[in-house]
Amino acid sequence: MSGQKFDNKIVQWVDERLPIFSVLKESAVDYPTPKNLNYWWNFGSLAGFMLVVMILTGIFLAMNYAANTAIAFGVVEHIMRDVNYGWLLRYLHMNGASFFFICVYIHIFRGLYYGSYKAPRELLWALGLLIYLVMMGTAFMGYVLPWGQMSFWGATVITNLFSAIPVVGDYIVTLLWGGFSVDNPTLNRFYALHYLLPFVIFALVFLHLVALHTTKSNNPLGIDVTGPQDTIPFHPYYTVKDLVGIGVLLLIYLAVVFFAPNFFGEPDNYVPANPLVTPPHIVPEWYFLPFYAILRAIPDKLGGVLAMFGAIVILFFLPWIDSSKVRSAKFRPIFKQIFWIFLAVCLVLGYCGSQPPEGQIVVVGRIATAAYFLFFPLLWVLGKIEKPKPLPQSISAPVLKGASAGHAAQKMEKA
Amino acid sequence: MRKFLTSTFAAALLAVAIPAAAEEGPALERQNWSWHGPFGQYDKAQLRRGFQVFREICSNCHSMKLVAYRNLGDLGFTEDEIKAIAAEKQVQDGPNDQGDMYARPARPSDRFVPPFPNDQAARVASNGALPPDLSLMTKARVGGPDYVYGILTGFKDTPPEGVTIPDGMYYNTAFPGHQIAMPPPVNDDQVTYADGTKATKEQISKDAVAFLNWAAEPELDQRHSLGVKTLIFVFVMTILFYALKRKIWARLH
Repeated sequence: MSGQKFDNKIVQWVDERLPIFSVLKESAVDYPTPKNLNYWWNFGSLAGFMLVVMILTGIFLAMNYAANTAIAFGVVEHIMRDVNYGWLLRYLHMNGASFFFICVYIHIFRGLYYGSYKAPRELLWALGLLIYLVMMGTAFMGYVLPWGQMSFWGATVITNLFSAIPVVGDYIVTLLWGGFSVDNPTLNRFYALHYLLPFVIFALVFLHLVALHTTKSNNPLGIDVTGPQDTIPFHPYYTVKDLVGIGVLLLIYLAVVFFAPNFFGEPDNYVPANPLVTPPHIVPEWYFLPFYAILRAIPDKLGGVLAMFGAIVILFFLPWIDSSKVRSAKFRPIFKQIFWIFLAVCLVLGYCGSQPPEGQIVVVGRIATAAYFLFFPLLWVLGKIEKPKPLPQSISAPVLKGASAGHAAQKMEKA
Repeated sequence: MRKFLTSTFAAALLAVAIPAAAEEGPALERQNWSWHGPFGQYDKAQLRRGFQVFREICSNCHSMKLVAYRNLGDLGFTEDEIKAIAAEKQVQDGPNDQGDMYARPARPSDRFVPPFPNDQAARVASNGALPPDLSLMTKARVGGPDYVYGILTGFKDTPPEGVTIPDGMYYNTAFPGHQIAMPPPVNDDQVTYADGTKATKEQISKDAVAFLNWAAEPELDQRHSLGVKTLIFVFVMTILFYALKRKIWARLH
């Protein structure tokens, strides 16, 4: 950490006492990054960018919001109508959640495709999943705050899941609600936690980065860095590449915010919460739909809840389930196919979750749920029987030859 | 892999396309609203006609509690006109120095005064059904403005064969379940427009929907024009970032 020399005397003085400049230089400027990262590697920084957008817009929204069931709906409309640019703040925040999840989902699937969860990055992967879990809690509670019909009924359905736990379930639900139904105490505690959890995410992101900078970034070839010829400094190469990504993300995100701000939303949430009127279809936000489908696929309440949580928990064990030593799907022909099937299964689950559970949707949902869980034992078996393509010697070897990595690998395969 | 990509993409498309088709009721006819598209803006003359429809017809039963009289400035009404419009209604205020509540004419800062003092009174006057508040109507229904237009123009004097409609209910093609408690609200020439627009049933309905959409999204004009400017800015910025990226990465080759 120390040992860095700075020309500026003040910077040097501070750094000898508190090495913020050294740390920054080491992890944001000089940080040796594989030179072959493709644009799929942008989504980590994009997710981080969205987290900052969410916290900033959220703080200013909180200045105008009031967590009280009698006025919460009206107060959100007050933000939309009377607060200067309140509509912009709220639409940025509301759609920001969706784009945060889009970035994180792509980031997770990128890690899956290129085997970024394998040794030595198991904890990096686990920390990422923890972030994802806390994000889900935060997003769920945020959705309750406008106190519309979907807020209320979504909260009722999801919190009721915990009543499936034997013996203590009902007590847990009462504790979550702060009463005997979703009501004012529920809204108050959700608001408090919705403000707290983003900072927990922030801390987890920090740990995620520490872990990342300890094990260093994976890369599309999935092979280890062999020396300085394989890496380039993070700044300016990846800072500027991340800026390109932020520009493209902003184009799509802002187009939705300005021209279709309610695209991801449910019309029912513009109807004030009414405990006496149940909406015909209660659906969670789109980013929960695959898990909602798994929950409903099991015809037993406790079983459904276990399967739903199991679907996430099992991801923590992925580094040990996958028995293949080869990371990147580039060199795993069968895994590559299975990866795309798995992605398709997740999308089908999402679709099933959005539909009323009737007729064929139930059957499709059950098959997709089985396929989701089958993926994991399959991964274990696959590692034992799959014959991977030969790996390149180093990252720079194919790059220096002026041929793409894929070509180099193919040549080696023939040789 | 390409095959899988296409299949996943198709699945994703299906997931987006099917829910719309699976909704109850007949497909809504999409109207050409002036505010559609990134460059769309409200037609102020239409909004004023729509406000006239709201004032003369809708507001007899429906409240619009989130909109204030001062907001009518968006429609091009002058301050004096707004004061006059507000003053037609009475609101309860107080207590005064004597500790008494009193009625006074509404001011521009007041929200639209609802037709009934409370929901129960609204139900009693409306055959048991509660006329919903219209502040967010076009945002709160699947189909938005097209749905509301479908309701206003979807009444049928005689229901299709085999369908019986109980007393006090009406048949409507757009309403889920087709049984609606609201009597047909608009007829040809029910209002007389000051600007000479011919008041057909369709015209009145369109104007009313335009006004309701403004009530639900009063920020839309500003949102669209700011959006176009912002996106042009971000587009140029992204191109510059990309050019910079190319230039910096060129050092490596």
